[in-house]
Amino acid sequence: MIRIDSVTKRYPDGTVAVDRLSLDIPDRAITVLVGPSGCGKTTTLRMINRMVEPSEGSILLDGRDIRQQPVNTLRRSMGYVIQNAGLFQHRTILDNIATVPRLLGWTKQRARARAAELMERVGLDSALAKRYPYQLSGGQQQRVGVARALAADPPVLLMDEPFSAVDPVVRKGLQDELLRIQDELGKTIVFVTHDIDEAIKLGTKVAVLRTGGRLAQFAPPAELLSAPADPFVEDFLGADRGIRRLSFFPSTGLELQTGPVVPIDADAGKLAARAATAPYLLVTDLDGRPLGWSEPDRLTAGAIDRERLLDHGRPFVPGTDSLRTALDGAVLSPTGWAVAVDGEGRAVGVVSQQVIGEAIRAAHGEVAEHADAKAGR
Amino acid sequence: MNVLNFAHAFFSDSAHWHGYDGIPTRFAEHIKYSLEALLIATAIGLPVGLFTGHTGRGGNALAFIATAGRALPSFGLLVLMFIWIGFGLLPVMIPLVVLAVPPILVTTYEAVRSVDPSPVDAARGMGMPEARVLLQVEVPVALPLILSGLRTAAIQIVSTATIAAYVSLGGLGRYIIDGLYQKNYEKVVGGATLVAGLALATLAVFWAASRITVSQGVRRSA
Repeated sequence: MIRIDSVTKRYPDGTVAVDRLSLDIPDRAITVLVGPSGCGKTTTLRMINRMVEPSEGSILLDGRDIRQQPVNTLRRSMGYVIQNAGLFQHRTILDNIATVPRLLGWTKQRARARAAELMERVGLDSALAKRYPYQLSGGQQQRVGVARALAADPPVLLMDEPFSAVDPVVRKGLQDELLRIQDELGKTIVFVTHDIDEAIKLGTKVAVLRTGGRLAQFAPPAELLSAPADPFVEDFLGADRGIRRLSFFPSTGLELQTGPVVPIDADAGKLAARAATAPYLLVTDLDGRPLGWSEPDRLTAGAIDRERLLDHGRPFVPGTDSLRTALDGAVLSPTGWAVAVDGEGRAVGVVSQQVIGEAIRAAHGEVAEHADAKAGR
Repeated sequence: MNVLNFAHAFFSDSAHWHGYDGIPTRFAEHIKYSLEALLIATAIGLPVGLFTGHTGRGGNALAFIATAGRALPSFGLLVLMFIWIGFGLLPVMIPLVVLAVPPILVTTYEAVRSVDPSPVDAARGMGMPEARVLLQVEVPVALPLILSGLRTAAIQIVSTATIAAYVSLGGLGRYIIDGLYQKNYEKVVGGATLVAGLALATLAVFWAASRITVSQGVRRSA
C-alpha cells in the first residue's frame, strides 16, 4: 500500500501546491486523483516517484519511507506513463519498451523478448516493433507508453493524464484497454486526470482535490455520485450525477415481459392475442433479433408491415449492462419501452420505463439501508 | 587571362605536385592544422555546451562569451599572439580555436535545450541516471543540430587556417600569401581554389557523418 501521510508541497515563491494531503492508496486497484487545474494532482503523483520532493510529511510504500531506497531503484519499481507518451524518437518501438529492463541490466535479447510480449499485451501489432515513434498515431504511441511502463513488471503504475491528448473515440478504447489489462495484471495504479467521467469510469477509488491542493473527498465513484461531500464536489461532478450513478446499479433484477415480443411471421390470431398484453409489440426477425416496434392498431390486414415499424432504440443486455443503459434504451425508444437482448443480440424481453423507475427506487433503497446499517442506525 | 586560366595554369604545372611546397604537402599541413584546431575547440565547446544545455543554466554567460569570441578578429589575434609568443603553432591555434568554440558551444547548448522535455521527464521518471538521460535521450535527438555547429566551426577553421602562412607556417595559405607577394596570381587562384575545395569536402564529410550517426527516427520526425 502507498500511504501519503500529511504531505505538503510548498514552492520557494510561497505557492502551496499540495496542502497536508493524506491518502491511503489501496493495492491492486486504480486510484484516481482528479480535480481542476492547480489542485496539485500531478504534483502529488510526482511525489510518489520522487520527481518532486515533499516539503513536509512523508510517503510510505508498504510501510517504508520511499526516501529509504536510492531514488532510481524506487523509480524503476514504478511504471511511469505521461501525457504525450514521451517516447524516445531515436529508438524503435521495441527498444523504447525495453528501456527499464535494460536499465535493470537485462541482456538486450531478453529485454527485447519481454518488449515483444508487452506489445501483444497492450494490443500493438508486432509489425510495429521496428518502427519509430513518428510512424505511429497518438493512440498507438500512448499504448507504447503503457507497454514501456509495464516492461519490468513493476507492482505500481503511475499515470499522469495519459489519455487526455487523444481524441474521444481513441480515449475510450485506451480506457477499456487499461481496465482489461488491470483485470489481468492487478497493478496498484495511481491515475491523474482532470476529466471526472474518466475518473468515475476507471477509478476503484477517486480522490477529488480542490484548488490549493486540499483533499475534498476520497471515495468509490458510486459513493461520490450518491453522496458528494460538499458543494465543490457536487459542482465538479456535474449536473447529471443522478443518471450517471445508475451506471453502478446492475440491470439483473429487471422484470422482463416476453408477451409483446413477436416474430415477423406471426399470424393474425397470435398478433391479436399478444396485442392484449401491451400497447406495443416488438417485432423480431426469424432469428429473434429485434426489428422494431409495431402499434397493434396499425397492423395491415392483421399482418405486420415491415416498412412501418418504429425504431426500437439501443437494446441492453440484462446482467451485463447497468440500469443506466436500460433507462437510456427506454428513453430513446419512441414507445418508452427498452429492449433486452442476450449476448447474441436476440430479444429476450421488453421492459417499460415505469418498471425501470421502480428498479431504480428499489436500488436506492438498498443503498440507503446499507448506509444506515453501516452507520449503526 | 581570367581566373579559370590561372587555375588551369597552376594545376597543370607539374612542379606544383611534389616537394615541400607541393600541393600534397600543403594540403596535408592544412588538414593537420584544421583538425587540431577543431579537436581542441570541440574538447572545450562540446562538454560545456552539453552540460549547460542539460542543466539549462549559464545561458546568458554563454551568449556573452560567444559574442565576444565572434567579435575578435582572427588576424588581429594572430598578430598579437605572434608578438607575445613568437614563432610556432600555438599563435595560430589560439585564434582558430577562439573562432571555432562559439558556434560549437552555442549550437550544442541550444540543441540540448530545445529537446522535447517530455521524453526527458519520462526517462528520469523511469529511473535513468542523469548522465544517461543526457547521452542516451538528449544527445541522440540533439545530434543533427550539434553536428551543424561542428560543421560551421570546421568550415570557418578550414578557410581561416590560411593565416598560418603569415607566421611562416605551411598550409594552403602559403600559396595565397606567397603568390600575392610574388605577384604570381596563378598561385593565388590555385591556393584559393584548393581552400574552397577543402571547405566543400568538409561539408561532404559532415553530411556523411550525420547520415551515419543520426537515427532514422530523428531524421524523419524533424
